[in-house]
Amino acid sequence: MMKSKLMLVILVVLTVLSAGAQQKEIRVLLANHPYGDLLKAAIPEYEKATGVKVNVESLQESQLTTKLTTEFATRSSTVDVFMTRPLQEAKMFYKNGWNEPLVNYDFSDYPQNAMNIVTFGGKPYLVPMIIEWEVLYYRIDLFKKAGLSVPSTLTELELAAKKLNSDDIAGIASRGKGAAAVTQLSSYIYSYGGTYLDKGKAAFDSKEALDAIRFYGKLLANYGPKGVTNLSWENILPLFQAGKVAMWTDASVFYGQIVDPAKSQVNADMVGIANFPAGSKGSIPCFPVAWGMAVARQSKNKALAMDFIKWATSQELAKRAMLANIPMARNSVWKDSEVRSKVHPGLIATQEHAAKFGIAYDRPYMSAVGEARDLIGEVIIESINTAGASSKLEALAKEKAAAVNELLQDTGEYGVY
Amino acid sequence: MAMERNKGSFLEKNLHIIFPMPAVIFVVVMMLFPVVYTLFLSFTNWNLTSGMPLSIVFLKSYQKVLREPRFIAALGRTFSFTALAVVVETILGMIVALILNREFKGKGFAKLIMLLPLVSTPVAIGIVFNLFYDPTIGLANFVLTRFGFPRQAWTGSPVTVIPSLAIVDIWQWTPMIALILLSGLASLSSEPYESARVDGASEWQIFWRITLPMVTPTLLTALILRTIDALKTFDIIYAMTGGGPGYASETLNVMAFKYSFEYFRMGQASVILVFLFMLVLFMSLLIVRMRKSLEL
Repeated sequence: MMKSKLMLVILVVLTVLSAGAQQKEIRVLLANHPYGDLLKAAIPEYEKATGVKVNVESLQESQLTTKLTTEFATRSSTVDVFMTRPLQEAKMFYKNGWNEPLVNYDFSDYPQNAMNIVTFGGKPYLVPMIIEWEVLYYRIDLFKKAGLSVPSTLTELELAAKKLNSDDIAGIASRGKGAAAVTQLSSYIYSYGGTYLDKGKAAFDSKEALDAIRFYGKLLANYGPKGVTNLSWENILPLFQAGKVAMWTDASVFYGQIVDPAKSQVNADMVGIANFPAGSKGSIPCFPVAWGMAVARQSKNKALAMDFIKWATSQELAKRAMLANIPMARNSVWKDSEVRSKVHPGLIATQEHAAKFGIAYDRPYMSAVGEARDLIGEVIIESINTAGASSKLEALAKEKAAAVNELLQDTGEYGVY
Repeated sequence: MAMERNKGSFLEKNLHIIFPMPAVIFVVVMMLFPVVYTLFLSFTNWNLTSGMPLSIVFLKSYQKVLREPRFIAALGRTFSFTALAVVVETILGMIVALILNREFKGKGFAKLIMLLPLVSTPVAIGIVFNLFYDPTIGLANFVLTRFGFPRQAWTGSPVTVIPSLAIVDIWQWTPMIALILLSGLASLSSEPYESARVDGASEWQIFWRITLPMVTPTLLTALILRTIDALKTFDIIYAMTGGGPGYASETLNVMAFKYSFEYFRMGQASVILVFLFMLVLFMSLLIVRMRKSLEL
């Protein structure tokens, strides 16, 4: 009697345990990004098809970096798959051995410049997912009212900003918040003929770069929204949505949100998308891989993680994202006829321009990029605070360039390219 | 049987050790260990960007960090923010406490309203105040311009950012000082007041000569609590400005966060935290000492 009862108990315990083991689970960290939202909404389909439970967490981008780094550095992570910003994190994550090399993934559909960024030692470590390029968003109605045509050079941009600027509406907006502004300033610097890093050494103290930084400061100080040195895209987007901004230079990814009728007071037919205006060296927008997806090296469910990442970066989902105006990295979706007929023509035209003339980096590509961005941010803020007229801007830029070179030396990346 | 009795007596004999054990373990694991570990890290050069394992460099990180102009500026800001916030909170808290110490209609309701800021989440407060302060679409500038004042940049300008943040802190924490002072006022005996009134003292004299001296020990308690807290303020600043514009609102705590989670210089971030820990400890001891000397 006792024995059979005991057997029964053991049997029950075993069934419960094995049932628990059979429920396959993975943990996925996503960013608060239109594509992250799209994935979150699509994940139930994946769960239904595979029977794998996907535990999703969504975080703001810098908090995502913090969370991943803390978990990986303390070797206590249970993360299996995560969204990641290649230009911000890939180098550092690779050095610390946090990403699993993706050997069984078909990368043939991705642009070569994107693959260059995600490949280390001949192996790709993350899937390029979303591309971005700098565009000029502008209010068609305000331009009509002022009798202006869309600026094609930076000089015209300044004139238009001056004309459109009023007490109520800022002529132009762009990020002014130090480190956050670095990525948007890059297109200004490139179009002036400068760059952040040249052959693995800091180059933002060159004459070309300084001219661009002064122009950026003058533009935003005179015609930008008030308090611009504290504004990043998350602050400018609601201003544009509220109709308080006439022009905005930022990444192409925001179009969908700008015209989202649930959040915006500006209609889709009031918003135009144009190529970044040309400087002395032409129109050279940044054209980076903004987001990618990777498998964690310490994941205990690597097979499941690989299966998930293949689904999450699949062509089918990429197309769905494109139809929601999210610019994806896969080449094939840009050739898809349905996509081409439905996506805003301004996005398609500017993407073609950026693919031809753009530069794949929007920030200094280095391990200590967070600190480097703050250092460059100091120069940007000084320029904005003085409307580009600061007499010590050059000395400040030289000092910060030396500090960035020191960071490059500390991490063994100085002169390496 | 004999063994069981032994067992029982072992428990009984050692009750004084066993009962506090959970609390002791909690303190060691959750409080002592982090402090000691941070102290250890501050002697290393651990960073994540180089991909190198940590090595012990003793005081080298201290020499580097404590001499940086950015650190000294952050230290100054930590003090100016704390001083501004705590002084205004104390004065306003005193006024509120004196008002609430009187009898009037709707006193219970007024007390309830006053307590609301205390129970709000700092990050939520930060987000709401950011909307409020927004130079273009915010309520603050709307009100200012309605009354004919010029628009302000609030947290958008290096000049006004610290006062703007202090206003948020004041809004949230004045009620706490008022509450502590109110309990102090309520415990005062009424005799000195009666005799002062008989002697013809004015209300101002009564406050200055009687109320304030008698409530000073309570006031100092409130000051200790607020000063410690204000020196360590992180959530409101991080949520509202992230230390910006530039570094204009970067206090020691925000700087330590940036050093650890944005620059990944764990060793140097620990230096800042050890310094902040010492600073808070020192300030607290100073005020405790002050309180003791007043009581004697």
